[in-house]
Amino acid sequence: MTALVAEHLNVALAGRRVLSDVSLQLASGHLVALVGPNGAGKTTLLRALAGLIPSDGVIKVGGEALAALPLRERAKRFGYLPQGHMVHWPLPARDIVALGRYPHGATDPARLSPRDVEAVVRAMQAADVMEFAERRVTELSGGERSRVALARVFAVEAPIILADEPTASLDPRHQIDVMKGLRAAADKGVLVIVVTHDLGLAARFADHALVLSQGRLASQGAPADALSEAVMADVFRISAFRAEYQRETVIVPWAEI
Amino acid sequence: MSAQDFTIAAGLAARRRLGATVAMIALVAVLMLISLGTGPVRLSPLTVIEALFGGGSDVTQVIVREIRLPRTILAFAIGAILGLSGAALQGLLRNPLASPSLFGAPQSAAFGAVLVIALGLADVRSYALPVAAIIAAFGSVFVLLAIAGRNAGLLILILAGLAISSLAGAATALVMNLASNPFLVLEIAFWLLGSLEDRSFQHVALALPFIVAGAAILLSQASAFRALTLGEETAQSLGVDVGRLRLFVITGVALGVGGAVAVTGTIGFIGLVAPHLMRPVIGHDPARLLVPSALAGSALLLAADIAVRIIPSTSDIKVGVLTSIIGVPFFLYLIVRERRALGGGVA
Repeated sequence: MTALVAEHLNVALAGRRVLSDVSLQLASGHLVALVGPNGAGKTTLLRALAGLIPSDGVIKVGGEALAALPLRERAKRFGYLPQGHMVHWPLPARDIVALGRYPHGATDPARLSPRDVEAVVRAMQAADVMEFAERRVTELSGGERSRVALARVFAVEAPIILADEPTASLDPRHQIDVMKGLRAAADKGVLVIVVTHDLGLAARFADHALVLSQGRLASQGAPADALSEAVMADVFRISAFRAEYQRETVIVPWAEI
Repeated sequence: MSAQDFTIAAGLAARRRLGATVAMIALVAVLMLISLGTGPVRLSPLTVIEALFGGGSDVTQVIVREIRLPRTILAFAIGAILGLSGAALQGLLRNPLASPSLFGAPQSAAFGAVLVIALGLADVRSYALPVAAIIAAFGSVFVLLAIAGRNAGLLILILAGLAISSLAGAATALVMNLASNPFLVLEIAFWLLGSLEDRSFQHVALALPFIVAGAAILLSQASAFRALTLGEETAQSLGVDVGRLRLFVITGVALGVGGAVAVTGTIGFIGLVAPHLMRPVIGHDPARLLVPSALAGSALLLAADIAVRIIPSTSDIKVGVLTSIIGVPFFLYLIVRERRALGGGVA
């Protein structure tokens, strides 16, 4: 089922054209890796898809025009995980995850309906953060905090998750854990779009890759095809070592030094 | 941990917060009784209660109900709106150093009011005064938030606030400088110090509607402050209209602070201090801090206003002077505590 459609998307920020004529059609149950060099417009595309910044063109969520949806309704369609998962006040992890129920009208973590409590507990179990539910997020390690942020996004129980570099600044074990969590969400029917610089993780976990270069979609398709030798050279100005390990695709970016 | 444990844990925390809030309400009530009993004629709390409900001698009734009650009501309401405004601004900007007085809101409101007085547009008991104060306060907070932008760090906020309060101070000085009547200048100078002395029910009627309206607007936005814990962009993705929220907060703070300043002059630093006093008990959730901060603000201003009546001195100390004398060292302490964040640069 098509979950998200964008037609001829153009975005200008402060008078500068950041995205040009991006069209895509993404299906439920897929994990989509959004890759591209720094400044290619990945974060801007994610924000535009979520309706957080104005854009020209048409965006459709589950068949409905995004522009026609009120703010609350949009909020139920997207779980948005920004870069850096900033938390400004030292609240307990439980309260942060409960904010995922905000779009559903549960604005007070102390007064959740049984349905909301179930959703929060489910999200915390999926992200494996139950053990530090009562601890303040500011006291958690970077890896633990990123899992709390992930749980918060899961708690929305939205049909689409947009995650902006969720694995940045995490150690390899935590990177894989986060990607596993997102993969599990996709396997349950959620459309997950992940911005990442890690082409290896993209190749291993994604069903589909979008390669963005200078605000345009340079290629898209199955990761191994979308990240072809030609694309790697054109877009990233590198080559790649390719192999198969334990029946999974391995891509290691490579350049002569 | 199961769903049941989860609910129990949340309930325990909620009960602790409720206990703290009830204790604050009791403290404010006691301070109001003491405030009503303090002055040239000291009255015991029992006598005060008796007089409030129409008992006791005629003299005590006049003292309590007509002379001291307006002052006590103003101290309660103005302390509350200042504490609430501080908590709301700290929530909006996700910044523990945000407060109306550091952003120049009372100073700007005072300028608006002084301008009206100096131009002879109105006497000190007309509605022109609070309206001018509110407009000036709105302008100052609006400009500050416009400069701050979406994700302003401490440094930008503090510097912009310093600039705005300096400008408001300079503009006030200019008005006094140009005023032709020296008595008027003296009157303005004393008024600027901030005081609750000799206020009548007319003053209450002048300030209270604006304070109540401001408080209602700020309290209606409580849950949005909680969502803002995750930053403006994430809050927006959760369904918070951040642009509208900013406008609500500016309006609420301007109504409250403008209304308050119009009848008392500038009383600073209550808004900065109150939320900090409540965080250790209530926690850091910006939505839950609103009501306790309002109560803490009330308690602070009531206590300060009792203190200026008890402290022996040759001329009366103005309550605004006292709150600043206590508030500024507290601000310095906060700077030391937040030194790491401040040293982190403009971001």
